[in-house]
Amino acid sequence: MKVSYIVKRIISAVVIMLAVATIIFFCLRVLPGDPAIVILGDSASEEALKVIRSQLGADRPIWIQYFDYIGKLLVGDLGVSMITKQPAGMQIWNMFPYTLNLAISSMIIGVLIGIPIGIWTAIRKNTLFDYVGRVFALVGFSFPAFYLGVLLLMIFSIELGLFPIIHQIRTGSISEHLYKLCLPALSIGLIEASFITRLTRSCMLEVLNEDYVRTAFAKGLKPNRVYFIHALKNVMIPVITAVGFYTGTILAGAVLTETVFNRPGLGKLLIGAINTRDYTLVQACLVTFSFIIVVVNLIVDLSYSLFDPRVKYE
Amino acid sequence: MMDKKQAVEIRGALDKLTIQRFKSLRRNLRILKQDKNAMIGFLVIVVIVLVAIFAPWLAPYDYSEQHISSSFRGPTSTYWLGTDEFGRDLLSRIIWGTRPALIVGVLSIIVAIGIGVPIGILAGYKLGWIDRTVTWAVDIMLSFSPLLFGLMIIIALGPGTSNLAFAIGLANVAQFIRLSRGPTMALRDNDFIRAARALGASDLRILFSHMLPNVIGPIIIMGTLSMAGAIRTEASLSFLGYGIQPPLPSWGNLIRQGVEQILQSRWMALFSGLALTVTVLAFNMVGDSLRDMLDPRELLTKARGKLDAF
Repeated sequence: MKVSYIVKRIISAVVIMLAVATIIFFCLRVLPGDPAIVILGDSASEEALKVIRSQLGADRPIWIQYFDYIGKLLVGDLGVSMITKQPAGMQIWNMFPYTLNLAISSMIIGVLIGIPIGIWTAIRKNTLFDYVGRVFALVGFSFPAFYLGVLLLMIFSIELGLFPIIHQIRTGSISEHLYKLCLPALSIGLIEASFITRLTRSCMLEVLNEDYVRTAFAKGLKPNRVYFIHALKNVMIPVITAVGFYTGTILAGAVLTETVFNRPGLGKLLIGAINTRDYTLVQACLVTFSFIIVVVNLIVDLSYSLFDPRVKYE
Repeated sequence: MMDKKQAVEIRGALDKLTIQRFKSLRRNLRILKQDKNAMIGFLVIVVIVLVAIFAPWLAPYDYSEQHISSSFRGPTSTYWLGTDEFGRDLLSRIIWGTRPALIVGVLSIIVAIGIGVPIGILAGYKLGWIDRTVTWAVDIMLSFSPLLFGLMIIIALGPGTSNLAFAIGLANVAQFIRLSRGPTMALRDNDFIRAARALGASDLRILFSHMLPNVIGPIIIMGTLSMAGAIRTEASLSFLGYGIQPPLPSWGNLIRQGVEQILQSRWMALFSGLALTVTVLAFNMVGDSLRDMLDPRELLTKARGKLDAF
């Protein structure tokens, strides 16, 4: 039963991925402008343009181009960058760890701050602590992450001089990676923390009203055991779902955050590709972003049973 | 476990409550008035809308008026929030920036409702393959983040206010399809719809003169709620350089300019971002209370309560 469900979900994820790739392909094809002119410039001769077009395969009918693109995509080939002539997949692979580090570290910050505050504000409902926590959650929820990044840059880099203004990574040592991860991860992580706080608090309030929590208290269990073992387990499902769905926002946020901090990554690669009109690379980046979102959603879906044995797959 | 009869009863009670809910919009607005957070948010929104309308009279200078001799000033009595590299008054530029934020916000929600709601009610009413196709399409659209989807449309169409509104609107369509599909499914077996069908009304007539008026209320409320997100997306795209184009000021491109010249002046990024954050916060404060009011889980609890009373 379970295996067939997993297989079904994976197939549907693959189908969705292909549909997304199709949308991206046709969306970028309606673009005005000839890729050959982009490469050679306006003054290029008609013969040279023709040669480039046939090299790119842009002189073929759009359907053939499309099937060629999908066929290559299925074997993991994202095409060749129009500007650098390198495989787009390789460029993305090189940049991927930077964005992954950013996404994971901000998620860790978000969970470590958000869940405890969410639980405590729920337990101490209507106290000063709850009030402060709720204000943090509401303000953080409305704070654009890139603006928070700008503020962190102003305070820690310009006023205090503790961090660099441009977060380019030169030597690649672990300490440098961690050092230059602090501010960008904090700017996304704090926003995510406020989001998780809101969610954990409202779920926790609901769970605390349940009979099994009352029973646990009646048995004389220590409050912390009830809160962190009995209640937390049931709060985890909506929180995991939300954190999963939030991945898309984090990735999109990475485009902005990497721009603010001048930090390498997928977002910076995408923006660079748009600015140089390297449409193969733009396409490859957009496909990669969506691919990550689809995969994370799949993992979130399949991980329910780990936290809730009641979830049965059909 | 809930048996079948009980499930049917709960559904019936839910349907009734849903319809009551849609009718009692005015009562809900009265409840909203007692909510302090929502009131503060609402007042801020009113102020921002007034600022946008009266921008030419409120702004001390024109947004493009240059005072080269006083570039990169901090806040002074002549320039309350300081100036940029060309000596343009930051306060005036932020005041003018309320316009693109609100215009793009409102237009994008209109686009999202205009495309999403007809599709949503059609899917919820017809069910079958139409519904399956639409649900699948929604799944696909949700695999894009709104910002990246908007960015993709902008790359294809080019920047500019109307393209921006269209792009952000398209990115939000999925949400409104979902929102209108659910209530339509709850309503489709109601007596007044059946009666209309029995009287020989066409699908189009049922959808637009019977279904739409009954589902549009909460959708418009959710629309105001999505304003916060739409304004933020506008600012993000403008920040990346693909939204509102300078010299026209928008909070997003002002923050970008502020970041580029952060060593000369910190005020630009600071104040423009503040304007953006306060606006988004105000919409979220109102949205929070509205969401509580429309929460389906709350509806379910009430439906169960009614059943207990039987």
